[in-house]
Amino acid sequence: MTTTDSPQRPARPGDHAERAPARRRRRGTTERGFNRVFRWIATGAGAFILATLAAVALFLLIRAWPALTASEDELSDAVGRIPEGTSLLEFVGPLIFGTLLAALLALALAMPVAMGIGLFISHYAPPRLAQVLGYLVDLLAAIPSVVYGLWGFLVLAPVLKPFWFWLGENLGWFPLFAGQVSATGKVLATVSVVLAVMILPIITAVSREVFLQTPKLHEEAALALGATRWEVIRVAVLPFGRSGVMSAAMLGLGRALGETMAVLMIISPGFLVYSLEILAAARHNTIAAFIALDFAEASGLGVNALIATGLALFLITMAVNMTARAIVARRKDFSGAN
Amino acid sequence: MAQRIDVNDMNIYYGDFLAVEGVSMTIDPKSVTAFIGPSGCGKTTFLRTLNRMHEVTPGARVEGSVELEGVDLYGDDIDPVAVRRNIGMVFQRPNPFPTMSIRDNVLAGVKLNNRKMSKPDQDDLVESSLRGANLWNEVKDRLEKPGSGLSGGQQQRLCIARTIAVKPQVVLMDEPCSALDPISTLAIEDLIQELKKDFTIVIVTHNMQQAARVSDRTAFFNIAGTGKPGRLIEMNDTATIFSSPAVKATEDYVSGRFG
Repeated sequence: MTTTDSPQRPARPGDHAERAPARRRRRGTTERGFNRVFRWIATGAGAFILATLAAVALFLLIRAWPALTASEDELSDAVGRIPEGTSLLEFVGPLIFGTLLAALLALALAMPVAMGIGLFISHYAPPRLAQVLGYLVDLLAAIPSVVYGLWGFLVLAPVLKPFWFWLGENLGWFPLFAGQVSATGKVLATVSVVLAVMILPIITAVSREVFLQTPKLHEEAALALGATRWEVIRVAVLPFGRSGVMSAAMLGLGRALGETMAVLMIISPGFLVYSLEILAAARHNTIAAFIALDFAEASGLGVNALIATGLALFLITMAVNMTARAIVARRKDFSGAN
Repeated sequence: MAQRIDVNDMNIYYGDFLAVEGVSMTIDPKSVTAFIGPSGCGKTTFLRTLNRMHEVTPGARVEGSVELEGVDLYGDDIDPVAVRRNIGMVFQRPNPFPTMSIRDNVLAGVKLNNRKMSKPDQDDLVESSLRGANLWNEVKDRLEKPGSGLSGGQQQRLCIARTIAVKPQVVLMDEPCSALDPISTLAIEDLIQELKKDFTIVIVTHNMQQAARVSDRTAFFNIAGTGKPGRLIEMNDTATIFSSPAVKATEDYVSGRFG
């Protein structure tokens, strides 16, 4: 009530001239105590994120710098894998390519399955089954990546091998399935399948939550127009969930890009080639797996070179996230958030 | 384009809870029927059984029958989706699809029903539906803009346009004006009078003046107490309900003595 008084208003005699300082004091007190503490905690937490990000970026830049500025001869002396006369970019390029290829393939495999599970849990399954299923999917996220690596290496690669051969024989005209199919099954295609399973839980969990939040109002609007269950999903649930699903995909892609252990254990690495042949042996490697593979033996400029490749991964991940945000923001008017 | 509804001895449940008990009524074609009564008396619940929206809630079920021109909507071989295509519904809060343009909102139902339509036919339908909802002049220059950018009253008329675009037999309205300002309310009330020429209209309202203004017949619902089922107390011509109701409770309610 009293807050509607503005200081500019001439004070009438006997009015609130005496009350005004009291009020100011009261406003001061609300900012004391826990309110103030909480504000500093919140601000601190926000600043901490920025500081961490800046520190990581700075570390990468400073430690990568010697490698970025080194001559080709120095580099090939320091890193055994870099042959004479190869620039850092020529070496890192295929790694970036392999990283992106593996992650995107994993995303392409995981997305339809994750959205299907998410929709089943949110809109089709009876409540009890939905709960159990949601719990099981979350459990997938609790499996350590080393275990996924072992599973991919020992179980999945042999199991998938006949299928890869079949693909190579019958769909060999398709660029991804071209080339000599590996006899071990330890190829990028197998890596992508393992990565897909690894990113499935996070994408499913986020999509499920987003789908569950579809306003009843919109679902009923569709139902009242005579929509079937699938049509309700198409007209109300998916459009509402689009930006959320996009975020889910980016989270998954982020994990797939940075995954080290599983890739390292499964893939038979290849360097210095850009190849789409995901069924062929020794054609690809990912940045994270490469760093893990070589870090133990690296020294001096070699460490700097590894950090430079890490910088590339950092930049890719950032670019992926910014692209996703831009896509989400582009159709904000139609997002359903207003 | 307008059909008659016969309701026989409806009992409506949420799980084991009997929410509405023993409702029988006849709703005439090309008329406006208003449901009035205190909050929680089951008006909306009953309205939602008329197009089988009630059963969307988990555990919800009904006993009894609702006949549209003699066909039981709860018959074994009746698809609830088909029922809802015949009996449209407008909700309490305007709910245009936020991801769709105004034009796509109007066409949403038609597209769902898998009718292939040429572009000119679509344009005609958009125009006639929006004209039917008294919205055409306000939105004709921004059909490609999102429906959520309209005012509340315009959104509600867009929802009505979307409903009548699929050419239902009956239009159910669940407190369509409760979220709107008086001017928008008046616009919707005028619209209801127009729509009555083509559709059977059933409207739930908390506003007794509104019931008196727009409806031909009025049904009064009441509950004996919390936890008891709602019942249809009395149904008659609107003029009779508001001037000389047969039941004391109706008179108390319409004269503002309770509720």
